Amino acid sequence: MTTVAPTTVKLRLPPGSGSLILLAIVAVAAAAGPRLAPYDPLATSVSAALQPPSASHWFGTDALGRDILSRVLTAARLDLAIAAAAVGLSFGIGTAAGITAGYAGGWSDRLIGHVTDMIMAFPLFVLAMGIVAAAGDTVANIVYATAIINIPTYVRVGRAEVLIRRDAPFVQSARLAGNGTFRLLLAHVFPNVLPPLVVQASLNMGYAILNAAGLSFIGLGVRPPTPEWGIMVADGASYIVSGEWWVWLFPGLALAGTVFVFNLAGDGLRDFLDPHRRH
Amino acid sequence: MTGSLLTVEQLSVSIATRRGSVAAVRDVSFAVEAGEVVGMVGESGSGKSVTALAVMGILPPAAQITNGRILFLGRELDPIRRRHGQREGLAIIFQNPRAALNPIRPVGRQIVDALRAHAPLSSQQAAAYATELLQRVRVGEPERRFWSYPFELSGGMCQRVMIAIALACRPRLLVADEPTTGLDVTTQKVILDLLAELTAAEGLATILITHDLALAGERCARLVVMQGGRTIECGHTADVLTRPREAYTRALLAATPRAPGKGPASADFATDSSDAHRSKLPLLEIRGLQRHFRLRQTGGLFAQTWARFRRTGAPRPVSVLRAVDDIDLTIGEGESVGLVGESGSGKSTLAGLVVRLIDPTAGRIVFRGNEIGTIPARKFTRSQFRHDIQMVFQDPSGSLDPRLTAFAAISEPIRLLGRLDRARPLAAVVGNLAEMVGLPATLLTRLPHQLSGGEKARVGIARAIALRPSLLVLDEPTAALDVRVQDVVLDLLARLRRDFSMTFLFISHDLAVVRQICDRVLVMRAGKIVDGGASEHLLTAPHHPYTRDLVAAIPRLPSEHRDESAGAAELFRGVFSG
Repeated sequence: MTTVAPTTVKLRLPPGSGSLILLAIVAVAAAAGPRLAPYDPLATSVSAALQPPSASHWFGTDALGRDILSRVLTAARLDLAIAAAAVGLSFGIGTAAGITAGYAGGWSDRLIGHVTDMIMAFPLFVLAMGIVAAAGDTVANIVYATAIINIPTYVRVGRAEVLIRRDAPFVQSARLAGNGTFRLLLAHVFPNVLPPLVVQASLNMGYAILNAAGLSFIGLGVRPPTPEWGIMVADGASYIVSGEWWVWLFPGLALAGTVFVFNLAGDGLRDFLDPHRRH
Repeated sequence: MTGSLLTVEQLSVSIATRRGSVAAVRDVSFAVEAGEVVGMVGESGSGKSVTALAVMGILPPAAQITNGRILFLGRELDPIRRRHGQREGLAIIFQNPRAALNPIRPVGRQIVDALRAHAPLSSQQAAAYATELLQRVRVGEPERRFWSYPFELSGGMCQRVMIAIALACRPRLLVADEPTTGLDVTTQKVILDLLAELTAAEGLATILITHDLALAGERCARLVVMQGGRTIECGHTADVLTRPREAYTRALLAATPRAPGKGPASADFATDSSDAHRSKLPLLEIRGLQRHFRLRQTGGLFAQTWARFRRTGAPRPVSVLRAVDDIDLTIGEGESVGLVGESGSGKSTLAGLVVRLIDPTAGRIVFRGNEIGTIPARKFTRSQFRHDIQMVFQDPSGSLDPRLTAFAAISEPIRLLGRLDRARPLAAVVGNLAEMVGLPATLLTRLPHQLSGGEKARVGIARAIALRPSLLVLDEPTAALDVRVQDVVLDLLARLRRDFSMTFLFISHDLAVVRQICDRVLVMRAGKIVDGGASEHLLTAPHHPYTRDLVAAIPRLPSEHRDESAGAAELFRGVFSG
């Protein structure tokens, strides 16, 4: 039953490649941001304060006359770095904890479960605020706070995925082939639970960026004058009423766009990583 | 246009896939008369289910009827019957009854839903009628079962409920799509008896779709044999089975395992190892082996806490499932022992205990004179006997890591447990193994989902024999395979056993298959071995009443044609061994 009727041949990119291209653009902007910036993001100029977008200042200038385009581009690196570090940390810790809980069960499962339940009992943003407020507002502490509030997601996804596969025939068959517990988890269980976790990580990137920007927005995160999207939106907020829309709009758009791209990439990755779609 | 109940004329169905459209059914024509049972046989992918779905008007959106028409009661049916009443008189039951039932609704209510969708009944009337239907499909205590959820019922019970739902529509034609696949052989008999009885009592016509030729032969008046979306052969059951016209039908017949009974005794595998191979040394000795599972306490967290809170001294009794209950068993070197029993009899648990994936609760497992039951399953990986006890799993798809290529899967045990040999590089060893199990070398780079069921089974076997184990446990290795592939795989296993003088513990629910490959058979029920003896003897003249029930329930082919078709079978086995 494999007669293939002649159909029009379409050029097909791998699924989800559109979002991955967008992701690459964001990554390039973050890497080369300071070099692309037309002005020094910290240079103030009272004469050029609060100018609307023009040919010389594409995104306009803020109250201190700093070029908003330069600041938006420069900020990309910091925001993405904070988010990536936080996601990396929570991915590593959360996945290891989740796989342990799911595979070992028993007391380790209960302990890990209770800790994640405790974290999730707090409103997460308030918890992050509390951690930064208590530990001091440094970039490292923002990373730790963002990582801690994201750990439960990976624990839960990892644990659930491992539970499905723990007694799967292929895991038992791997045991018979001579895999010890550690190798079994690393070589057979982990690669099979990775796709949902990677998708989760990509979706989480967007959330982590928002979280870092949110902390800065309320004055707990990165300190001015460092260019950072959250601070810039906070600066612009006071000009919404007076009509200087460009001050908050462009950093806000950069923030929203980046979050959107990461969410889109998460969906793209899901398709891309599914072995059944590879041919 | 005769008075046939159902006429299918030159039906063609194509299914759109990512790689273009595939013709699933091509130019199929057949008719079903009122009150008749027609069997539709063929292997997976032969188009039998798609034909059934087309008749029912429930083709998936990707499928399209490209040609032909379906007449029911003289009326032409729309390809897609969305309007109410268009499916009147037609009912279908599926392979996996538990999946076809709504898991969170009591089964009685689901019958009521079907009843009220077809007739304006009050809920009391419908409930009363539903209870009556449950009684008619022989569900004991219908008033109580009415409120049961599907997970509380056995597979056979669920299929009865499905039949009750089908009957609720007062059908003229019932399509039964592999209704007993996955059920135990005794349950299968009960369900098919029930269907036959209902068919006779209600004047219902039935299309019985199955891959089991013996079963179709026993139950159907006429047969339609399908292959590759076409009807290959069509005719009265006796004619098709005793004088098959087509080579394909003959090949199918030859591959169907012979049920014990009047048929000629199979001399090919069973005799060669009985006494000659059996040395004095037992390879595996099991004494008083037990494995108990503690069942979860009933009630949720609150109920349990409340119970603990109110506790009046005596602890709550913990219910224990004795999956393996005091088993003694000795397998001699080179022997092939079959273990049969129905689902839930504990045979898979016993397999897990023997290959040391499960720890025993009590008892001894002695392998080559060494007690191995005391080594925890987690640590057995490092035991010197790990490479010597291997297993072929039931589900060829599920037992392969979806992310490992066939090469990686086969080479893994060699890399981890074997001794690396400079003279023979890994690639050569794996290539040799692939050749031994008949897996083309070009398929070694493929991932499991790119292989067919038979190819995956071969990878699983190659992996299990990679270290030349002396004891190979086979847990229903062919249960998921088509009959012809099963035949080829059984041949392969018999040959490998001869060539490497391996010892087999062969677990199956299919007595006919066990008979083909084992010298000795043990019958297991509720965790105990209830009967045992030489295969031929046990299966032709069973003594124990349970064994007798099991043997009686096996569908049989009419026995005469076997010999004349055997020659042709040999011829075509080569052609189809894929």
